[in-house]
Amino acid sequence: MKAQIRKIIVQVDEVHIEMGKPISPPTRRALAMAVIHNPLAGSFTENLDELIAIGEELGGLLGDKCVQALGIAPGDAQSYGKAAIVGEAGEIEHAAAILHPKLGAPLRVAVEKGAALVPSSKKRGTLGTAIDVPLGHKDAAFVRSHFDAMEARVSDAPRANEIVVAVVVTDSGRPLARVGGLQAHEAKGLDGLR
Amino acid sequence: MIEIRRIFTHVESIAHEFGPPADQPLLRGAIGIVMTNPYAGRYEPDILPMMDALGAVGVDMAERLRVAMDVPAERIQGYGKGAIVGANGELEHGALWHVPGGYAMRELLGWKGDRNTYAKGNVAQTPAPSSQTANALSIVPSTKKVGAPGTGLDVPMTHINASYVRSHFDAIEVRVPGAPLADEIVFILAMSMGARVHARVGGLVATAISKWDGLR
Repeated sequence: MKAQIRKIIVQVDEVHIEMGKPISPPTRRALAMAVIHNPLAGSFTENLDELIAIGEELGGLLGDKCVQALGIAPGDAQSYGKAAIVGEAGEIEHAAAILHPKLGAPLRVAVEKGAALVPSSKKRGTLGTAIDVPLGHKDAAFVRSHFDAMEARVSDAPRANEIVVAVVVTDSGRPLARVGGLQAHEAKGLDGLR
Repeated sequence: MIEIRRIFTHVESIAHEFGPPADQPLLRGAIGIVMTNPYAGRYEPDILPMMDALGAVGVDMAERLRVAMDVPAERIQGYGKGAIVGANGELEHGALWHVPGGYAMRELLGWKGDRNTYAKGNVAQTPAPSSQTANALSIVPSTKKVGAPGTGLDVPMTHINASYVRSHFDAIEVRVPGAPLADEIVFILAMSMGARVHARVGGLVATAISKWDGLR
């Protein structure tokens, strides 16, 4: 294990009724977060390979946690997203190193396929800072019903030398989605866009 | 009367808090059920029908939380409960949770009493047994507040068999993004599988429980 993990948190949010209307089956979003030590906190380091390797490890770990929490087959995942909150002694580029080069490939294994870009967000923050993890359909980014976000927050993290890494996987779009656009059943899922 | 809008579960595994990593990470969990508050926006003198209606909700929530934590009931060592009432409700609506939330979780964990007797508040004083005959003997600690969507609640937790076990005094912050809306209530249950991860402030330890009175 490359990442030094202090805490892992898994949340599931199910919506059964929205604006008085029953949602059947309920929409379900799972969020998995790891609170990790930032090995590069405190000074500038040119090479970020250590964080890139941690990202690769967490992509699989957190993706699996989400799928497991939803209790679905990997192929039944519909949308995903990722985010990181870097503690004060770290650099925004540290979040980029974790999220962008290698986190995606093992996450795509965890959800099967995943032709679309994994939407992401990042920020510097402190204990209890919230980040809204953007979500998009995993195989066709233009599927409008699946543009969404889920709030991620750990009450006691990140400490100055920590990073909170978050992955969200859903088995559904927004409840009561009705703003048109490309529908999930119309998507081809070949180019990651449509 | 019972309209469940959202179900939110939270499970966390704590490896350390900057001390020696635990052999087994501390597992804690909470569930928040977002419900319509049938009494929102007015003063309703008789709110007890809701307490009865919540009984089945509590049982279902306790089991959902146990499943989310993926542990057998026998391994739960700490618990707590709480409620966050939306802006068009009153604190007293949150107090409806004391009986259905508390006894549901206690029954799941092995309590043998009769919740209906306790609900009426006329419990005969019986001497505590000299050895352990059941589980979940302690009162379930609780807290509640009126709050806006996304308000956090620090839910207190204590040992399930003896409230004075110092290593198990704990709290877990529970917060459901976007809830409660003004006409909603978030009812919360929390469970823990052990002591604080680096517990070391002395006092009664779980292995020394001897009175079986729910306190010591």
